[in-house]
Amino acid sequence: MQHSDYSEKVMDHFNNPRNMGEIRNPDGESQVGNPTCGDMMQIQIKVEDGKIKEAKFKTFGCVAAIATSSISTEMIIGKTLEEAEKLTNDAVALALDGLPAHKRHCSVLAAEAIQAAIQNYREHALGGAK
Amino acid sequence: MNRIVYLDYAASTRPYPEVIEAMQPFFLEHFGNPSSFHVFGTAPKKAIEQARAELADLIHAKPEEILFTASGTEANNLAVKGIAMAMEKKGKHIITSAIEHYGVLHSCKMLERLGFEITYLPVDEYGMVDPDEVGRSIRKDTILVSVMLANHEVGTLQPIREIAEITRGKKIPLHSDARMAVGHIPVDVGALGVDLLTISGQHFYGPKGSGALFISRGTRIQPLIHGGIQEQGRRAGTEDVPAIVGLGKASVMAKEKILEEMKRIAALRNKLEKGLINQIDELKVNGHPEKRLPGFLNICVRYVEGEGMIMMLVSRGIMAASGSACSSKALKASHVLTAMGVDHATAQGSLLFSLGRETQEEDIDYVLAEMPPVIKRLRMMSPIYPGNRS
Repeated sequence: MQHSDYSEKVMDHFNNPRNMGEIRNPDGESQVGNPTCGDMMQIQIKVEDGKIKEAKFKTFGCVAAIATSSISTEMIIGKTLEEAEKLTNDAVALALDGLPAHKRHCSVLAAEAIQAAIQNYREHALGGAK
Repeated sequence: MNRIVYLDYAASTRPYPEVIEAMQPFFLEHFGNPSSFHVFGTAPKKAIEQARAELADLIHAKPEEILFTASGTEANNLAVKGIAMAMEKKGKHIITSAIEHYGVLHSCKMLERLGFEITYLPVDEYGMVDPDEVGRSIRKDTILVSVMLANHEVGTLQPIREIAEITRGKKIPLHSDARMAVGHIPVDVGALGVDLLTISGQHFYGPKGSGALFISRGTRIQPLIHGGIQEQGRRAGTEDVPAIVGLGKASVMAKEKILEEMKRIAALRNKLEKGLINQIDELKVNGHPEKRLPGFLNICVRYVEGEGMIMMLVSRGIMAASGSACSSKALKASHVLTAMGVDHATAQGSLLFSLGRETQEEDIDYVLAEMPPVIKRLRMMSPIYPGNRS
């Protein structure tokens, strides 16, 4: 009965989102997009020994927006910050077995959200060291 | 999945079995061309004229005022472009509303490129056009006013009679897209005072590929499709006999059931509306509270997005529609909600339930049980839902 342009993987991440929620004291966080445009993602990370120990998301948006945020958190957990910030929108889309053309912007937003959260962590860490 | 609840009658309706039965003989048995002089043309020709009388009867028109088309969209195209082409010597100004179906709006856009000027009337918060605004917008060179009878997203009924009083006085043709209304509420072209009216078969239990344009006697129109002299020379091409017969049968069925169904469906819609308001906070009902199609319930659920709602409802067997940007391939929020002044963020959470002939009370109870957990789940995921902050 499921009729959509989405892959099974997208639907799985939409129906069973991984790492959805919030981190109490995140080391880095970001909010990208805005509800007026249709999508807004929030990513929070916990960093230990230069590696992403925990990542959580919250998303206002369509099926693709929720699925891309979900899988990106999965893709960065356990990675070093340098590895994690190399996450590209193409890699996110590929990991979901592809996205419909008019939903590619969701993967772009997800990759941006990850990079912004790492950036935010770095600013914090740097600020803390001073 | 246990239950399938179809609440997308605005998208299409399942034809009456009687409609399909009536169409059957015109595929194999009576396949002939209605224009043929020999016997194979006789039954199809008769069937078309019977269907014409049946549809005319439903909307209180004369049979010769019905022109069959292949869809409501085609009828809208014919009304707007056909009048524009027939009247361009008189003027090049057309008045329509901001919330029309794309069949009308995009025809107007095309005419703009040809040098026509279009006034797009605003609507109020309920999605209603102000007749006085029509009066104020009329110019010496106005050749057509096109305002829909019932909106296809929020169901608001437009004050067509009042608009007709104004256009009649100025002898300007008035077109109304009634694709969502015909077969669901009584429509009387004479009482409305319209000169042209769009009908779509698939929206009231007729077949796809069937539509019609009512053109009052004396209204001049240029055809869009040139060729033979079918449909009084106003639409060339061999008639789609089965579709036309199906549209005729749907008209007969509608006439028989309309009043009883209107009441039944409005009661179910009201139950759904009240039930959702009671269970879900920050829910906005779109469209006019009373002057609205009986089967329409358009809501905006704040802090969530429509496509996600639709997909979660689908997984529970509930089929509805949304006007959110994400759920449209063009990624644009509903032009209807936008024109009604609904802000973009709220419009993202739009959901349209449209009820019809097969909708039962158990379906409504089922939706009322399934909706709150869906909304709760999506709001839990939403970074903008204030309820999440503890």
